[in-house]
Amino acid sequence: MTITIKYFGLLTEATQCHEESINFSGVLVSELLENLFSKYPALKHKNFQVAQNQVLVPVNTKLSGNEIALLPPYAGG
Amino acid sequence: MTNKKPKNVFRQGAISSEFIGDSIAKHQTKTSIGAHNIFLGQVRADEIDGKTVSAIEYTAYEDMANAKFHEIREAAFAKFNLTCMHIYHSLGTVKAGEICLFVFVSSPRRKVVFEALEFIVEAIKSEVPVFGKEVFEDNTHQWKVNN
Repeated sequence: MTITIKYFGLLTEATQCHEESINFSGVLVSELLENLFSKYPALKHKNFQVAQNQVLVPVNTKLSGNEIALLPPYAGG
Repeated sequence: MTNKKPKNVFRQGAISSEFIGDSIAKHQTKTSIGAHNIFLGQVRADEIDGKTVSAIEYTAYEDMANAKFHEIREAAFAKFNLTCMHIYHSLGTVKAGEICLFVFVSSPRRKVVFEALEFIVEAIKSEVPVFGKEVFEDNTHQWKVNN
């Protein structure tokens, strides 16, 4: 499936991009993350949460397609 | 409860005192209100390792953030007897001393607005995906994290 991945804040310094689409055949969010960690080794040491289609999910969640966002600690206000 | 669609909470750049003043003035026709309470978040010129923060550049996961602001708004209306509520947050560069968050709640009675405002501001800080790059005077930066 094609997944759009969005990166925010300090994570964009590890990925050098804000968004990308990839074809991925894995099942779980954690498998996608492993894939991203091999692509962007610096990402592995960053603190972030994962949102799937704009809802925070644990990494053992099944990928449902569409949009995954990697969210570093919040700093609003 | 309201059933409104999520609004866009974000404004480009700092929130001006004129905007805040106008917002207050607009409530003069709502005469069931007896108490307003306002929170203004201001960018602090923190000194870190001898360097001073000159601005924060805000970015957000805008769709999710607006949905979260909407959830917080609905939760506040369910929990407190509020007449109205307005939330505005900056995106882009906000200089030290400028306003980046404006939360405005109104109710017939004062006790409600004290409690409601704290509830809303704490929820914004912990639940809304907004990110802040603290830019120092020498153009280096670090990433802000809410406590």
